[in-house]
Amino acid sequence: MRRTTSRIVPTAVALAASLAFAAPALAADNGKFRIGVVTFLSGGAAGPFGVPSLNGAKVLVDALNEGKLPAPYNLKGINGVEIETVIVDENGGATKQVEEFRNLAERHKVDAVIGYISSGDCLAIAPVAEELKMPTVFFDCGTSRLFEENKAPTYVFRTGLDAAIDNIGAARYLVDSGRKLDSVASIQQNYAWGHDSWADFSAAIQQLKPGVKVATEQLPKLFQGQYGAEISAISVSRPDVIHSSFWGGDMEALVLQGAARGLFDKRAAVLTCGESALDRFKGQAPNGLILGARGPFGAFAPQNPLSDWFRTAYRGKNEIEPTYPAFKMAQAILGLKAAVEKTGAKPGTIPAKEAVAKSFKGLNFESVSGTVQMARAGGHQALQGIAYGEYSFDAKSGKATLANVRHYSGECVTPPDGTTAAVWIKAGFPGAQCK
Amino acid sequence: MTTLYAILIDGMIYASWLFLVAAGLTVIYGVMRILNMAHGSFYSIGAYSGASLVGWYFAGGDGAPYWSYLLLLGAALAAGLFIGLLVEQGLLQFMYKRDEILMVIITYALLLILEDATKLIFGVDPYFTYQPYSLLGRSSFGELTFANYDLALIAVSVLIGAACWLVLNRTNRGKVLRAVIQDREIAVAMGVNVKLMFAATFVVGTTLGALAGALTAPAISVSPGIGVEVIVLAFAVVVVGGLGSIEGAIVGALLVGLTRSVAVHLAPQIELFVIYGVMSLVLAVRPQGLFGRNLARKI
Repeated sequence: MRRTTSRIVPTAVALAASLAFAAPALAADNGKFRIGVVTFLSGGAAGPFGVPSLNGAKVLVDALNEGKLPAPYNLKGINGVEIETVIVDENGGATKQVEEFRNLAERHKVDAVIGYISSGDCLAIAPVAEELKMPTVFFDCGTSRLFEENKAPTYVFRTGLDAAIDNIGAARYLVDSGRKLDSVASIQQNYAWGHDSWADFSAAIQQLKPGVKVATEQLPKLFQGQYGAEISAISVSRPDVIHSSFWGGDMEALVLQGAARGLFDKRAAVLTCGESALDRFKGQAPNGLILGARGPFGAFAPQNPLSDWFRTAYRGKNEIEPTYPAFKMAQAILGLKAAVEKTGAKPGTIPAKEAVAKSFKGLNFESVSGTVQMARAGGHQALQGIAYGEYSFDAKSGKATLANVRHYSGECVTPPDGTTAAVWIKAGFPGAQCK
Repeated sequence: MTTLYAILIDGMIYASWLFLVAAGLTVIYGVMRILNMAHGSFYSIGAYSGASLVGWYFAGGDGAPYWSYLLLLGAALAAGLFIGLLVEQGLLQFMYKRDEILMVIITYALLLILEDATKLIFGVDPYFTYQPYSLLGRSSFGELTFANYDLALIAVSVLIGAACWLVLNRTNRGKVLRAVIQDREIAVAMGVNVKLMFAATFVVGTTLGALAGALTAPAISVSPGIGVEVIVLAFAVVVVGGLGSIEGAIVGALLVGLTRSVAVHLAPQIELFVIYGVMSLVLAVRPQGLFGRNLARKI
């Protein structure tokens, strides 16, 4: 009896362990279209970007599975196949994310991966996606280097826009608004995003308005939170305009502290990621603050059946308006769905990954932000316009809206293939089609 | 001239904030010889508690806005007392005889635990409770405008610094505490309840950290990770001033605050480096910090 018992326990343990490892293989054959969704669920980027984007994914996936979307997305799921998601936290650095990506591909056997806010993560994941032949859709990261370093992509796509477009658009908006623009101050988070944003913006503004002086360039640490000295330095330098690519809590703190000290009383300020806090400023931001949404997303999204539906559905589940990260995630999922269904695979089946990648390349599809053309980076990068507008808060209703909105087409603000943003700006935006 | 005034005032404001953050850390080390890596978490918990309570108060209706300052204070005291007692009685009191390096590792583990606990309790969305910050208005000095809240923080940090000094140097309890600091074993031999002193000191240190967080909350967007950001700065200040010295924390905060302010105004590219540059310079010349004592090692 003792001998039997002593054999049962290790056997049971081994069996349980083997079932645990077998589970992903069994789950992969459940006939569902499995998408790995990677976004920040912890850390500083979770609140402003990660959580809204995940909420956007949940709203869209649930609605797709119930067949509730308006045309042309009324086919249930993806190609009639129910969608299931495997959610991964993007926090933890690029090395960890590569490991997680491999897990998604090899253990969870996902059919596609959608995600990535951090440019560092996108740059690390792209070659791995190509190696593992996994259709991967980057929905938010803005690094210009993505397709400069991955010159011949097959499986990597980006439905979000290059960050250079944010800053070219911002420069055009400032010049077109007719504001006094003799000097500009900069305050950026001191890492690649901040440095690149300022480099693109300062080059663009110099092209569009030669002779603009740089009053001061402030580079506080990421997540510093306190900007007293920086605000004083900017005030003392007396710029006409302030440019910032701050995001998240840093952006909210800058606006709060700056407004309390009258930083924005005598000058305009442009926040390229400002729309993500449109409903959070609650009147603490001054009217006239210029906000961007990294594309035609969020409050800048056009009114069409898809965007109207998405706003209503998102508000219904989350009790707040969807901001641009939610829109961008929805766009990525819709792009993937359009690509899969374009392969011509029989409804109810999942096409091969190679076919999905082929179909996604150069795709045009309808989205919550209008029509998206995958028309850059050889058909792997979305081409869309960008919009900026001024914050306007109505104290009576407690609602914030955007006034004096200007839209710039993709052809106006996007470098063509074969050149980098820096070279294109320096050459004076050759070939740009701006109305 | 405007730039000089800006440097001085900004430096003082930043120094006062640094002192508020670092005071608790240096008090705990001075008495207990524990380099408390979890200090940033206490700051974070204080910030979240203050922001939550004030946010709830203003969402509730038309209460008198100035009560929000008492709420901030109350939140800090409650959070500091609760967490301080929990940590000291539940964990640290069993570890006092251990090596100082081990205590660093233990408190680092505590930092990680408390960071995740904070996320579980308060979520990952940022808390934006700005009302106390803008309530006091602003003051202008020529081209420069400052929020009166920031100027008031200078007064608060002076009060706290003075209170710490007075308690340590002008009260009987303070004398006993100084005896414990100088020689723990002799203090025990003389009948001092060192365990009780440790518990009280740790709670005071935690409360000071929570108070710093609560007072900072109205000026920032309270979000995950603020504790980790602050602990590095707090260490730089106490190391410059000398671990365990309140006077050192004051001077360290002033030195770091003013130097950083100079960098921001005159050479913003080196702003990140300058704090640690000052720290390295001081340690190169005086490794025990400006007000630290050279301690003979007992064998």
